[in-house]
Amino acid sequence: MDIEPRRWLPLIGLAALAAVPLIAALTDDPYLVTIFTRVVILALAAASLDFILGYGAMVSLGHAAFLGIGAYTVGILAHHHQSGAPLLEAVPWLTGTNAALISLPLAIAVAALCALLIGALSLRTRALHFIMITLAFAQMFFFLFIAMARYGGGDGMVMWQRNTLPLINTGDSVQFYYLCLAFLAGSVFLLRRIVAARFGRVLRGAAENERRMAALGFPVFRYRLAAFTLAGAIGGLAGALMANLETFVSPSLLHWSQSGELMVMVILGGLGSIYGPVLGATLFIMLEETLAAWTEHWMIILGPILILVVLYARRGLFGWLTWRRHG
Amino acid sequence: MAEALLCTRGLSRRFGAVQATDHVDLDVAAGTLHAVIGPNGAGKSTLIGQLAGEIATDAGRIVFAGDDITRLPVHRRAHAGLARSFQITSIFSGFSVRENVALAVQAHAGHSFRFWRRADRERGLNERAEAMLARVNLGDEAQRLAGELAHGQKRQLELAMALAGNPRLLLLDEPMAGMGAEEGARLAELLRSLRDEVTILLVEHDMDVVFSLSDQITVLIFGRVVITGTPEAIRASDEVQAAYLGEHAAC
Ligand SMILES: Nc1ncnc2c1ncn2[C@@H]1O[C@H](COP(=O)(O)OP(=O)(O)O)[C@@H](O)[C@H]1O
Ligand SMILES: [Mg+2]
Repeated sequence: MDIEPRRWLPLIGLAALAAVPLIAALTDDPYLVTIFTRVVILALAAASLDFILGYGAMVSLGHAAFLGIGAYTVGILAHHHQSGAPLLEAVPWLTGTNAALISLPLAIAVAALCALLIGALSLRTRALHFIMITLAFAQMFFFLFIAMARYGGGDGMVMWQRNTLPLINTGDSVQFYYLCLAFLAGSVFLLRRIVAARFGRVLRGAAENERRMAALGFPVFRYRLAAFTLAGAIGGLAGALMANLETFVSPSLLHWSQSGELMVMVILGGLGSIYGPVLGATLFIMLEETLAAWTEHWMIILGPILILVVLYARRGLFGWLTWRRHG
Repeated sequence: MAEALLCTRGLSRRFGAVQATDHVDLDVAAGTLHAVIGPNGAGKSTLIGQLAGEIATDAGRIVFAGDDITRLPVHRRAHAGLARSFQITSIFSGFSVRENVALAVQAHAGHSFRFWRRADRERGLNERAEAMLARVNLGDEAQRLAGELAHGQKRQLELAMALAGNPRLLLLDEPMAGMGAEEGARLAELLRSLRDEVTILLVEHDMDVVFSLSDQITVLIFGRVVITGTPEAIRASDEVQAAYLGEHAAC
């Protein structure tokens, strides 16, 4: 039997997440399902950030932009569905929608397109410049949505109900939770495949020695841009799910601190593992939920934990859990 | 004379006040080992960088296998058949030795927009990587982390990576730099055996190696070609003796 923790730990994690609604039912705490839906959605966004950060060394401080873009795509479509007004005055037949089969793919596509454009510009820079330019783009979208008075401006806008799906009742919190978990599991599986495939090897190679990669014959920029676009697309999916969870969309989703929190989840859980950020998101939200009840300055406690992780467990919690038992 | 595989005309590059390469005319015939020598700062690495495409060229042109590649980006030159090693070892230290070479093989095995199959189980890549490692006598180190290799082994690994794409021209920038006598001798032997397989442009400080391996030698000083000729012609040249070899022997 394969007893390597790297292999079974993710499966245990998946089983634990799948058991959440059961535990919530047993403890008669339905709010638990809502909390963990948040965990699962943010884990999805964090895993996509890890894909470019942990494997491609692209330190993007603007990943929440895609969360926001995905959420607003869903929110705006719902808004027009509710009001009946066409999306564009000039095209009266183009109406909003509440169908997830349209809104989710569209959210993914819009986020991917934005990531393609942002990436095409920012990936020409390196290191600190890259951090700053991704942050700047995220801020640009943040203020763009604040300026859109029609869609609630800084206050955001409320969706009357979640997007609908055939067969699944998205209004049911447990069904919605499993939907989100399925997206997370599917995306994590996909990303794990990709990082182990040729594409992932190129991404890692470019992170370690870009000059060498070019000399070997790799058009590094193209691969980086593709990775950045994919990460943006998954971030957009997470945002679309978040909008549905909250039935509310606001610019706070793409505030720079949200980007920072995603990065904290990645580092806490373990850079360059895809699984780690899921652990990181879980820990982050659980800390937030328990500690925020005591003090609004709960980050004071998170801070030292993060410092310890960075100092003593360079590969984060996941790395620590999977390495120790090798001994 | 045989058709030149690589030829440059008037190749120049300036860094501020320094004219690093100054109207360099170079002809590297196919199937030969052509050495470029010259004192430190003569512009040898700059020349290699310009040929590989990493350093932009101010003036002049580079023709490789009949095509003007002066403005071609680095990765396209690699696909045209130019491979290089770096003066300062440039490998993927966090990768295994085999994965270093497998990545080099991958660069020449179609595109890498492949998202599903595990790269470390692609037999085509691994087999060629292992063949290249055996070629440079690193077969036994395949599983080790590249960063853990001895200095000389890292240079051999670089060579394996350069060879992986089956290049037409190998640009080697001081492949023996920092090597001990024994390691150096082994690498020289390796270069000698490679001579029959691939055209080589070699920048090297070890004059014994240069004079024993080269078909042609170009002497570069202050970015300018002083003379190009056979080892015998270079040895006999007063100009070179005065300007370079004499001085070199003195230090
Ligand atoms: N990137 C650079 N910026 C400024 N000066 C440079 C740069 N690269 C090389 N030089 C200068 O160009 C000259 C040639 O350098 P180089 O090609 O490295 O010589 P060599 O390899 O023959 O020792 C030197 O005077 C060096 O200082
Ligand atoms: Mg040099």
